[in-house]
Amino acid sequence: MSNIFYTLNVNGEDHQVADAWAGESLLWVLRERLGFPGAKNACEEGECGSCSVQIGEEVVCSCLVLAGSAIDQEITTIEGLSPEGELGDVQQAFIDAGAVQCGFCTPGLLVTIGHLLEKNENPDDLTVREAISGNLCRCTGYGRILEAVQMAAASRRGEKRE
Amino acid sequence: MPVTVARSLDHALAALEEFPEALILAGGTDVMVQINKGAVSVDQVVAIGRVPELQGWRREGDWLHLGAAVTYSEMMGEELSSLVPALAQASRTVGSPQIRNAGTIGGNLGTSSPAGDTLPVLFALDAVLTIRSSTELREVPISQFVVGVKSNTLQPGELIEKISVPVLEGPQEFCKIGPRNAMVISVASFTLLADQKENRVRSCLGTVGPVPIRSMEAEDLLSNSVNWGENTVSSEVLDAFSSLCADAAKPIDDHRGSAVYRRHAIKVLSRRAASRIFIEGKS
Repeated sequence: MSNIFYTLNVNGEDHQVADAWAGESLLWVLRERLGFPGAKNACEEGECGSCSVQIGEEVVCSCLVLAGSAIDQEITTIEGLSPEGELGDVQQAFIDAGAVQCGFCTPGLLVTIGHLLEKNENPDDLTVREAISGNLCRCTGYGRILEAVQMAAASRRGEKRE
Repeated sequence: MPVTVARSLDHALAALEEFPEALILAGGTDVMVQINKGAVSVDQVVAIGRVPELQGWRREGDWLHLGAAVTYSEMMGEELSSLVPALAQASRTVGSPQIRNAGTIGGNLGTSSPAGDTLPVLFALDAVLTIRSSTELREVPISQFVVGVKSNTLQPGELIEKISVPVLEGPQEFCKIGPRNAMVISVASFTLLADQKENRVRSCLGTVGPVPIRSMEAEDLLSNSVNWGENTVSSEVLDAFSSLCADAAKPIDDHRGSAVYRRHAIKVLSRRAASRIFIEGKS
């Protein structure tokens, strides 16, 4: 089995992947080869959403993307969502609402919710529930996550008015 | 290079000519699960998800041609969901938003799982697949393509280029049973389409046999019993239709459900779908 070399664009920068097995998932390459451990590995079958990343305009499960096929695309991980060392508004809302318990689902939820709020600054709860239906959280029961989304959405709308 | 990211249809076909046994990767939502488990070895991959010729859809008269790389999310879009509502409904029940953004209609066909959600809709529509290799082009009715459990008639070197379905006039329903509302693999599904030009119904049972099942007996009964002018049907006919549908099922016991439950589910779903499309009244 021959190994492969390719370049992935992650959070706006090109990263070389050298001497990789062709069957590696994007999740594995991000975490183990490129040093982006934000996307989490739980199910490796697209059930849990904890590995969610954005490719181009879409949120996908990085565990179900063949890394070598993701060349020439803009990949955005949780690490790329806010400037280094600073909290994004959705992150801050998660803290304020108490939406983080064990935290394992949080990076995937933040990617999904960030994408939702980019498209829709005033989502109703049903829209939010639908958008996060692919992100499993086994701690919170989702109540505080829904609260956090509304808080972040309200603050974005507020910022626009100012 | 073991991974070819095809940039055009010709590029994909040339790669498949060179490596006829290569793994064809579309959205990856099925095959990556197998690769992650180590159940599928990866020697050569031809990734076709970004081939321009396989994107998008177009309408030609009463036919709709869907590129093989059209995703479930795209099938749920406003225009497609008005042209083929059942296909949009089936797509809506696939996985999660993340899965629907990646998974494709061509991939669903390539996998040919008995639980493939779009397959019963495509069977009910008598969809025609356009299959291409570097040297040949052929059109195959879906019933001659999906031939068994995860088994189809795609030959080495070939790929699915597009899927063509008729645009029907009339309401459509796709119903699916799973353990919960989101991210479920089908335990049983039922598709019912009304064709108000022909005064016919088309239907299909999903996940209750090795391949999707159409009961012509059930379709004939309902088609001939509906009052097409009034859009009504009697309760007795609905009962008989759902019994015929349940009789046509060939379910198995597995970890997702028992055969007895699946047959019962078909009886419930077929009656439910018919009573959503037609007004249930006295005969």
